[in-house]
Order: sequence, then C-alpha cells, then structure tokens
Amino acid sequence: MRFEALVEVRLRQGISDPEGATIERALPALGFEGVSDVRVGKSFRFALEAPDEKTARELSQAMTDRLLANPVIEEAEVRVT
Amino acid sequence: MSTRVGVVVFPGTNCEHDVVKAIETVASSVPVPGASVELVWHGESSLDHLDAVVLPGGFAHGDYLRPGAIARFSKAVEALARFAASGGPVVGICNGFQVLTEAGLLPGALQKNRGLRFLCTDVEVRICTTRSVLTGSLVEGEKLRLPVNHFEGNYTCDAATLERLRAEDCVVMRYASNPNGSVDDIAGVCNPEGNVVGLMPHPERACDALTGALDGVGLLESLLVAADRRASLPV
Repeated sequence: MRFEALVEVRLRQGISDPEGATIERALPALGFEGVSDVRVGKSFRFALEAPDEKTARELSQAMTDRLLANPVIEEAEVRVT
Repeated sequence: MSTRVGVVVFPGTNCEHDVVKAIETVASSVPVPGASVELVWHGESSLDHLDAVVLPGGFAHGDYLRPGAIARFSKAVEALARFAASGGPVVGICNGFQVLTEAGLLPGALQKNRGLRFLCTDVEVRICTTRSVLTGSLVEGEKLRLPVNHFEGNYTCDAATLERLRAEDCVVMRYASNPNGSVDDIAGVCNPEGNVVGLMPHPERACDALTGALDGVGLLESLLVAADRRASLPV
C-alpha cells in the first residue's frame, strides 16, 4: 500500500533558534505585534510503500531518527496517512 | 617506517589542498621522519594504512539537510569510526567537525551562528588541554590566533554533556571572545581518549609566514607527533 508521510523537524525547547529570533524581531517592523515563540523548522513529505500503516509509521520514524532529525538539537513529529 | 596522514575528500569539500600543503610544510620543519600526506576519497572503505586522518573543511554533500548529515553515512566515515576506536588520531576541521558530531564520534552539534552572520575572521583561542592529539606539543593556557570561516559553528550540547566534557577534560580550546554563541565559548572538543578532535578554527590557514600567521603550526605538529607514535606501534 502507498502511504503519505509528513515529518516536521524543529529545534528542541531550550535550544536557541537564531533564525526564529530574527524573524520574531522583524515582524513588528511590518506592523505584526504580539507574536512570540517563533521557531523555524523543516518539513519533509514523502510517499512510502508499506504493507500496513503501522509499518509505514515505524519506517518513517526510523528514517527520522537516523537521518531527518539530529536528536542532539532537534525533535520531530511524524504523521502518516 | 614512514608516517602517513590521510585527508578525506567528500563531494563539496574545499579545504583539502590547504590541509595537505600545511601538513607538508609543517612536516618538513619538525622531526617527524618522512611524513607523507594523501587525499582519500569518501568511498574508501579502509583507512587502516593511515596513521592519522583529517576531515577538512568545506560543504560535504552541499551541507544538504544539515552539515555533515549525509557525509556521515559514507564508507570512509564508517571506516573512520573503526580507525578512531582503535586509537587512531582523527581531526575534524570546521565542516569536518560537523561530520564528526553527526557521526556521533564527538558529542554535541553545531548550529547556526548566533546573529546569523557568516563569520570570516581571525579569532583568539585559548588551549584548554594538552592531552588531545591536536594539542600535545602546546602548553595549557597558550593563546593562538586562528582564522574561522563558518556559518554553523555555534557549538551546542545539553547541560549533562557539557558537565561531562568539563569533568573529562574534553574541551580542547575556547574562544577568548565568543564569535558565534557556542556554549561555554567552546571552539574545539575531543573524545575522552583524546584521539578524536573537532574544532571550528582552521589551523591549516595559519601555517605559512607568507600569510602572516603561524599559530596553526603547533597544532599540526602535535598531530604529526601523534601520527608518528601510531606509526611506531607494533602491527
């Protein structure tokens, strides 16, 4: 079966995010007030052949743990449909 | 027996010739008999013939995904893990440091510089330990002026790892004035055994009087001494 995976990777809480901080400082300059906690991340979308959804989920999680995210500084959320 | 140093080249590496030239220059001026330097392609699956390995700077695999993230799966890095485990001297400079952290051969990670500036400047670093293969010929507390050239040199690790780095004397050098936001001003670290070292500054760019900088010589000399020691080991 074919599954669609969406993996969102972002910096862990407590890890400084210089890109997020820069964007947060830029927003008020455009008139957008009240924005906080901006975090920049990456998202990965891919299609995956697997016998069932559980396997597809496990494979996507394994790919995320081994390559897509660096657990030292990043956390990831894996969604499979 | 002559000492052989390998410099690993990934697609996108761009400091390999500087490293080769600098090591040759240093080798000709220190008493390490017949040290030779060679380039090693990243597809190489054995590094057993070498006495020290350098991962030079650049943009291995275009720095796609994260710096070092793809390079870490190359055959040469798998071989490097075995070489390091057997006590072989390994040094990762700049992008090479990023590869070593991604490969799990050194703790922590290098993220984007605080302030989001690409840094191309000279910095002053202080040597914090002399038990690493890169600092054995230096003096603790010695100050060196070295070039840095990076966007992702902000050394990051969790509190427990930092505690361990300090307790096990694994901080090799610190910036005198932190340029990139690195935790605890860290510019370079080593593994507990001291044979695997990663650093953001480029010692190979401070090894020729013509460029007005010679502070990298002592670092590469230390590496050659460590390589020579390995070459003298009974096989």
